Amino acid sequence: MSRRLSLLVGGVVVLSLTACGSTSPTTDATLNVYAAASLQAPFENIAGEFEADHPEVRVQLNFAGSADLATQIIAGAPAEVFASADAATMERVAAEGLLASTPRTFATNTLTIAVAAENPLGIDSLESLSNPDVSTVLCAPQVPCGAAAEAVQKFSGIPIEPVSEEGSVTDVLGKVSSGQADAGLVYVTDVQAAGGAVESVPFDAAGQAVNAYPIAVTGSGGELAQAFVDLVTAPPGQEILSAYGFGEPDQ
Amino acid sequence: MTGTYSGVPRWLLAVAVVGALFLVVPLGAIVLRVDWARFGELVSSDSSRAALLLSLQTSATSTVLCVLFGVPMAFALARTRFRGQRVLRALVLLPLVLPPVVGGIALLYTFGRQGLLGESLRVVGVDIAFSTAAVVLAQTFVALPFLVLSLEGALRTAGTRFETVAATLGARPTTVLRRVSLPLVGPGIVSGAVLSFARALGEFGATLTFAGSLQGVTRTLPLEIYLQRETDPDAAVALSLVLVAVAVLVVAVAHRIHEGSTQ
Amino acid sequence: MSLRCSARIETRNFDVRFSLSAGETVAVMGPNGAGKSTLLGVLAGLLRPDSGSAALDGRTLYDDDAWLAPHVRGIALLAQDALLFPHLSVLENVAFGPRSAGVPRSAARQAALRWLREVDADDLAQRRPANLSGGQAQRVAVARALAAEPALLLLDEPLAALDISMAPLLRRTLRRVLAGRSAIIVTHDIVDALLLADRVVIIDGGRIVEEGPTRSVLERPRSSFAAGLAGVNLLTGATIPGGLLTPSGIQLAALQDQDFPPGEEAAAVFSPRAVSVHRLRPTGSPRNVLPVTITDLEQHGARTTVRAGHLSAEITTASAAELDLLPGAEVYFSVKSAEVSIYLR
Repeated sequence: MSRRLSLLVGGVVVLSLTACGSTSPTTDATLNVYAAASLQAPFENIAGEFEADHPEVRVQLNFAGSADLATQIIAGAPAEVFASADAATMERVAAEGLLASTPRTFATNTLTIAVAAENPLGIDSLESLSNPDVSTVLCAPQVPCGAAAEAVQKFSGIPIEPVSEEGSVTDVLGKVSSGQADAGLVYVTDVQAAGGAVESVPFDAAGQAVNAYPIAVTGSGGELAQAFVDLVTAPPGQEILSAYGFGEPDQ
Repeated sequence: MTGTYSGVPRWLLAVAVVGALFLVVPLGAIVLRVDWARFGELVSSDSSRAALLLSLQTSATSTVLCVLFGVPMAFALARTRFRGQRVLRALVLLPLVLPPVVGGIALLYTFGRQGLLGESLRVVGVDIAFSTAAVVLAQTFVALPFLVLSLEGALRTAGTRFETVAATLGARPTTVLRRVSLPLVGPGIVSGAVLSFARALGEFGATLTFAGSLQGVTRTLPLEIYLQRETDPDAAVALSLVLVAVAVLVVAVAHRIHEGSTQ
Repeated sequence: MSLRCSARIETRNFDVRFSLSAGETVAVMGPNGAGKSTLLGVLAGLLRPDSGSAALDGRTLYDDDAWLAPHVRGIALLAQDALLFPHLSVLENVAFGPRSAGVPRSAARQAALRWLREVDADDLAQRRPANLSGGQAQRVAVARALAAEPALLLLDEPLAALDISMAPLLRRTLRRVLAGRSAIIVTHDIVDALLLADRVVIIDGGRIVEEGPTRSVLERPRSSFAAGLAGVNLLTGATIPGGLLTPSGIQLAALQDQDFPPGEEAAAVFSPRAVSVHRLRPTGSPRNVLPVTITDLEQHGARTTVRAGHLSAEITTASAAELDLLPGAEVYFSVKSAEVSIYLR
């Protein structure tokens, strides 16, 4: 009895361990694409296109903050394609010798002012955000959108005193859409993705801090990975990205 | 080794070892990953110090709030009977099982600028959005049930016999509370407070959702770790170790108090 | 001081009407679950009856409209367990009542010391309750209850949890402090009723089934419970070295741990089962031999109770037949001195 029970318990442990360990269901071929969270909507579209072209391949998408993804890849995650939201993060992966191709910029994104729907405070420029009565939320300088916000302040000479420096764009958007904050600096694409809860107020200095998205094949990637990168940088991929508000790479 | 027969089957111990390793190994992994050469510098940077200080201050404040409100709540739940008590107990303990981010959202729609009470508070000139007070609120929200739960248990175990005697000796209810009940469950209050402090110290989700993140104002140690991870994983690891050390200290203190009370 | 109360509690099938005159101590006896502790709970204010009323010294404790909280009743409760506050010293425990009444700290300590002296426990003043024996703790609990200067003292089997060797000492203390004090003592022990109380009340099934002076209830029991209690042989008299001498001249030897001073009022108690019956005066072994005339024989199956006035013996029916016992027969009851307990009154 006790022997049978112990076998049962042992079996459960082994089963649950293997269940925890398996991340990708095996089909003919799986392509692991790691992409910045802001790329979720266009990349799901592009992956659909890719699977249509390569019926034997299943694209496994993994979205998270760029820095998280870089950390995972450096720690040995089985990424074959890495699309980052900024060059610096891609550099971290490159510095570890984990890239199999030269990074290529495939999209750009610019900052915009996110305000509550119908813009109740009538915010119309970056200057409005320096008004102490307007509570503004920024990304922390450690994350790409925060670095861009810093650049914009420097170029425009308009200092903004944020009430909070969030770790991600979604947190900034959340504070604005919930009404906790009056305004936030986020990417154009983020406002578009947020639907009707927030509105975008473009500003002139935004062009001074264009954020470039690089993509590269990582160490374990092969021909399929290269094919995916090619699709993203070719016209079909570019059209999808543009539909979600991303700018074209101009370098 | 004492020579007494334990009656525990060996296979059970084997499973227990697996479980224990699952809990202990990740802690070891953090220690192994620490960049000791830079450790001092990493944990003493301005932002790290500000985060640690803020964490200790806010956790201490919320622990005080937990004791102030949790002790009466525990007495009400353990010593009185009223309609809907079971439902109330379940609701009060809900934050224990609620994902903290849900707690953050709930607080947002209560004390937030457009929340249930937030608007009225703003009218009287209190705006807790993005303030240290918001951090304290978030921490108290998640930590309060710990104190209520542990103290309610202590009160039930203690029973009311001593209180009854005290009342028949002529002591008013307040005197009974002060001179009999509170001293008797003192260890329960202290260990509940220690648990609450630990929970407040580790609070992340509700704070991030509700209070925001600004150095020295709302960015507590867990939020700082979360942010540092983006650019400087070594700093994140070093700060994690600091948090682990504080947690170990807190658990040790709680354990000691528990031992002392059961002797 | 006088107490009168009536209380009805539907769910416990409890309906009792009860009174106590000034300075009187009443023993409440009865089977388990009869409602003895319920009576104490109602008086102490721990239970609120469905209906009824009570007044202590003309002050209403409760009636259909009013209800006094326990702490303003002036009724102290001493339970089976001493329940000393474990975080306070013995002195602070005893000073608790006076302190609660607003007496300044030093005066409260003086009073506490006085009461500790009253129960011969002043040497324990600085101890912690954890370091006391059961008897010492209960002694301190008595002092603590008295220090609150209650108008009425309730004792719920105060000796039941004590070691058999500790009980007599505390019983004597209680006897001293309860003299002239209004008190109600719940007990299972007939000796407590006899030595501590002026009157006994028998409760059974939530009703008072019998009450009266302790001796007369025991001698002429009307309820079955009292009859069961009365089954115990009880002789009163004065102590003599090694035993007791009754006014009718019967000498009873008892084996006892301590020698009582001679000439003290005392009671000797022994069980009918310890009594053997003889046609001829037994000789030899050190026994107490009492010449008696049989008044009644009562057979319950294999056992027969032989009554001779207030005394009774319980023997096998077979030996009763063998001895050819009949009412009116003159026989000898004998009981070993080791079976006889003597209590000072």
